[in-house]
Amino acid sequence: MEGLTLSEAEQRYYCDLFSYCDTESTKKVASNGRVLELFRAAQLPNDVVMQIMELCGATRLGYFGRSQFYIALKLVAVAQSGLPLRVESLNTVKDLPLPRFVMSKNEQESRHTALYSSDADNPASYSGVIPPPPGRIQVKKGSVSHDAVQQRTSADQQESTSPVVSPQQSPPTSPHTWRKHNRHPSGGNNERPLAGPGPFWAPFSEAQPGSSASSDPIWSGHSPPPHQENWVSFADTPPTSALLAMHPASVQDQTTVRTVASAATTNEIRRQSSSYDDPWKITDEQRQYYVNQFKTIQPDLNGFIPGSAAKEFFTKSKLPILELSHIWELSDFDKDGALTLDEFCAAFHLVVARKNGYDLPEKLPESLMPKLIDLEDSTEVGEQTGEVGYSSSPAEAPPSKSPSMPSLNQTWPELNQSSEQWETFSERSSSSQTLTQFDSNIAPADPDTAIVHPVPIRMTPSKIHMQEMELKRTGSDHANPTSPLLVKPPDLPEENKMSSSVKFTSGNTVNGYSSSDSYASDPEQIGNTVTRQRSHSGTSPDNTAPPPPPPRPHPSHSRSSSLDMNRSFSVTPGQQQTGVVAYPPAVPPRPQPSQGPGPHVHRPVDAEGLIAHTSTSPQQIPEQPNFADFSQFEAFAVSGVNKEEEDEIETHSEVLQVEKPSDSASSLRVAKADGRVEDKAPANVPTSAGKGTTPLAPPPKPIRRRLKSEDELRPEAEEHAQKTGVIAAVLASQPSIPRSVGKDKKAIQASIRRNKETNTVLARLNSELQQQLKDVLEERISLEVQLEQLRPFSHL
Amino acid sequence: MAVCIAVIAKENYPLYIRSVPTENELKFHYTVHTSLDVVDEKISAMGKALVDQRELYLGLLYPTEDYKVYGYVTNSKVKFVMVVDSSNTALRDNEIRSMFRKLHNSYTDIMCNPFYNPGDRINSRAFDNMVNSMMMQVC
Repeated sequence: MEGLTLSEAEQRYYCDLFSYCDTESTKKVASNGRVLELFRAAQLPNDVVMQIMELCGATRLGYFGRSQFYIALKLVAVAQSGLPLRVESLNTVKDLPLPRFVMSKNEQESRHTALYSSDADNPASYSGVIPPPPGRIQVKKGSVSHDAVQQRTSADQQESTSPVVSPQQSPPTSPHTWRKHNRHPSGGNNERPLAGPGPFWAPFSEAQPGSSASSDPIWSGHSPPPHQENWVSFADTPPTSALLAMHPASVQDQTTVRTVASAATTNEIRRQSSSYDDPWKITDEQRQYYVNQFKTIQPDLNGFIPGSAAKEFFTKSKLPILELSHIWELSDFDKDGALTLDEFCAAFHLVVARKNGYDLPEKLPESLMPKLIDLEDSTEVGEQTGEVGYSSSPAEAPPSKSPSMPSLNQTWPELNQSSEQWETFSERSSSSQTLTQFDSNIAPADPDTAIVHPVPIRMTPSKIHMQEMELKRTGSDHANPTSPLLVKPPDLPEENKMSSSVKFTSGNTVNGYSSSDSYASDPEQIGNTVTRQRSHSGTSPDNTAPPPPPPRPHPSHSRSSSLDMNRSFSVTPGQQQTGVVAYPPAVPPRPQPSQGPGPHVHRPVDAEGLIAHTSTSPQQIPEQPNFADFSQFEAFAVSGVNKEEEDEIETHSEVLQVEKPSDSASSLRVAKADGRVEDKAPANVPTSAGKGTTPLAPPPKPIRRRLKSEDELRPEAEEHAQKTGVIAAVLASQPSIPRSVGKDKKAIQASIRRNKETNTVLARLNSELQQQLKDVLEERISLEVQLEQLRPFSHL
Repeated sequence: MAVCIAVIAKENYPLYIRSVPTENELKFHYTVHTSLDVVDEKISAMGKALVDQRELYLGLLYPTEDYKVYGYVTNSKVKFVMVVDSSNTALRDNEIRSMFRKLHNSYTDIMCNPFYNPGDRINSRAFDNMVNSMMMQVC
């Protein structure tokens, strides 16, 4: 047996055929029965078949191995092309079309037959159109057959060959589709099938003869059906007579189609081949088409189509209302009663799919999910447009959703606020669906509260919301007022409120503290949100609580920069205190027992407290003159880590009074600091000791040192208390040092150096703490998720 | 886990009723029907205050030996009635509330669908799925 060289397309085609015949999945032997069927389907005279079998060596071997099978197929192709059967012809014949097989009707093949037999429209429509291959392979086959088609002169042959490629041609239609087509009386009336797809779009089409071409958009876009069994291109060549019969009737369409389709062929091939693997993906030309339809209803691509207009539009598709309803449910992603461009395209695509026999999915396929990006108007595909169109009166200029959206959004926050306060954190979800909570237990929200959009501050920080914040910020750039974007801000205040209500029974003081979850936000922002939140919570009239940590005395008050070096050095020692105090990142507002419930409330929420404190501390610290922190620090130094806030506060006051005065105190503190350091971070001792011993050093320095030691300790203890202690230390030391300022230039320079070092240390600390915070937040989120999952309706 | 969930329209005809199939459904339908009286009672009792301020969640309407009936009414007088098995003591009030909230959310989603005419029977798959998730899982 001579060697056989196959083109790539042939190779694949034969491979498919082989696997088709390989009923026993041996991968080596094609079952004789199948092979014989196949050969019969090739519509060759029996003696030719016998000849082929002999030539390929199967008769010798008694079975069809892969190579025999391939040879046989090639010989079939040779025979079908009318060339004499010779062994030599195997390799000498160039550009041999793929063998064609007419399948008899058994279950699977019936599909294919339907496919191919069909509807002359298919061959007609797709002569020259290479449909999306069920497997990528077939693209090539398509092209091969395309060539073959061109070789043929007779229309009949073209039609007959096109069925060969029809599996590829038939738009990814699933067998369902084809069965559907099969339902058309394709048997007797060949014209009918042609018209079959037509009626689908009749309501939509503007009476164009290119109805079959119009079906292009339907079909071309559809990638091969999910089931791809036996897509081996068995083509059902309609009996030539039938073809002839069809021919005159369909010639017009065919020609139209051919002219139309051929131009689009290559494009379609490429496009289709790229999307075949996802039946729900929208191809470019489809998308273009949808966009154009969208424009007829709503000229603004970023606008919405209101429900009523969409209803009219889709009702024209003559699908049952129930199905349209389901399609709507699937495609209205944000459940707002209107369709954005993406949603509209998804809905349209689903309608198209349904009309072609696809079953509607239960969930919206991923490729149809609306994305929050603006749609680009790509170049129009001329053939596609205008051929199919809803003869729709462009809907009343959709009262562009935009104006209505903001009002809707404003109502949402109100509703959100009224959401039950008993609701636990886990109940809350950030999906838009929670917006429709109408439980109106709460007094009507005042207008202020409705305005929640700007600052996405959450009571309980979470990554989700941080992302939402990001999204919102970016989203505000979009002209597209899609509700998902707008939905998010309402969620935030809701969550703020919720968490506040859950966690803090008292009023806003707590809100104020825990409001700032975003470290990145400006202090002013935080202040603002605090203010806002105060109004939001609405439950406690005493919102005035700690006036939001002073309107940032330092406008550029970021944590790391809170160390106002200039201030600390230029200002008098007394004030340096303030500057220094501002510095340590995580100093909680604790220093102010006068801030009422704050500390007490914080206690229960230690975890958040850390966050809250850290976030608010920078703002509060500058303002707090009591700086009871000294005592705290001392307390720690003395008693080790004291996690009790009350104790800290108490010790604050005690120690504060005690410690305030003197250098000795400061050195004492330093010593204590040292002591502390020794306990936990011996490394710092020398430095702090060194620091402590330079009373002349500008105040910040020794403080920094202490801070540094504190820093080391802090990560372990995660105690904001410690931080307050640091501040305490800082503050404590300051009163004692005033005199040393400016005395010794050298010392000052040295201290500058040391301060810088401290700076870096503290900055490092800051980042560590931030990291910690993030971790804690993540944990929190995961716990919430778990809680949510564990909180079932199933209590069984 | 509810045993039966019903959505009643403003005019007191059912829009949607779903029961756990193994039970005698007629019994539940009857229970829901009689519970409407209790709902009306509660609504009118609260009616003194403005409608806005009326609590949507009505709470336990009445308990029987085998089960408890909970009610929830929306501002448009659409009522949700839920029958739960008494033996299922683990169900807390909060959870019932959250179940009603979910129901309400799904209901509003349905209303948003322009193809749904208010007053029609509810045929939405999404709603069905949501209700199924709430029903007792009976093999």
